Amino acid sequence: MLAAGLMGLAVLLALVIAPEDADQGISQRIFYIHVPIALTAYFCFGLGAWKALLLLWRGDERYDLESYVAVHQGTIFGSLTLITGSLWAKASWGVWWTWSSNQLVLFLVLFLFYCAYFMLRFSLEEGPRRARSSAVYALFGVVLIPISFLAIRLAEDFIHPTVFTRDGPQMTATIFTAFCVSWAAVTLLAYVLYRVELAGKRLDTDLRELREALQ
Amino acid sequence: MSQGQYVAAVYGVVLVVVLAYVAIIAAKLVRLQRETTELLELARRRQPPVRSAEAMAQEAAGET
Repeated sequence: MLAAGLMGLAVLLALVIAPEDADQGISQRIFYIHVPIALTAYFCFGLGAWKALLLLWRGDERYDLESYVAVHQGTIFGSLTLITGSLWAKASWGVWWTWSSNQLVLFLVLFLFYCAYFMLRFSLEEGPRRARSSAVYALFGVVLIPISFLAIRLAEDFIHPTVFTRDGPQMTATIFTAFCVSWAAVTLLAYVLYRVELAGKRLDTDLRELREALQ
Repeated sequence: MSQGQYVAAVYGVVLVVVLAYVAIIAAKLVRLQRETTELLELARRRQPPVRSAEAMAQEAAGET
C-alpha cells in the first residue's frame, strides 16, 4: 500500500507539479520514471551479485534463491529501462535506438548478459552445482555495472546529459524533489516485488518438499 | 505521435508491466493455496484415526 501510494505521489509530481523543461518540453517528464527504473535495474543486478558472493562465501543455499530473484527483478527493470529509454529517444531525437552510443550498447550488453543467466540456470539440474554455477555467472556480470554506469557519465554525446555533478544536481528544487520521490517509489516497488516473489518461491519449494515427504 | 503521447506511452508501459507482474504473482499464490489445501487433505488422510478411551478399554477387555 505504501509503495502504491508513493508511486501515485511520484506520478502526480512528475506529470502535474514539476515544471515543463524549457529545452525538451513535455518529453522531459520521462526522466522521472526512466532514470529511477535504470538505477533500480543496476541495484537489482548488484544485489543479485552480492547474494551470489554470499552463497559462494558462506555456502548457505538460501542465497541462491535470493540471488535468482534479484537478477529476475533486474531483468524486468532492465527491459523497462530499454523500452522507456527507446520511447524517450524517439520523442526527443526522432530515433528509437543508436548503435553509435556506447552507454546504450553497454546497457544492452549488461541486460543480455543477465538474460543469459536464466539460460544457464535452467539448463542445469537443480542442486548445489547449479547454485554455484549461477552464482559465479552472476558475479561476473557485476563488472559490467560500473562500466555501464560510468559510460553514461563519461560519454559526451547528447543522449545522456550529466545532471548530477560535483556542484550538486543541475536542476530546480521542484524537479529534484519529483525525481527523489520517483526514485524512492520505484525502489520501494522493486523491494516489495522482490519480497513477494521470494516468499512465493520459498513457499513453492517448501510445498514441493512436503509433497515428497507425504507421498 | 506527439511528445505527450510518447510520455503517456512510457507511463502506460510501466503500469502494464507492473500490473502483469502482480497478476502473475497473484495467479501463483492461488496455485500455492490450492496445493496447500491438497497437501492438508493428504496429511489428514494419512493420519491414524483417533480412538476414544472407551473404545480402547473395550478392545483391551476383549483381548483378555
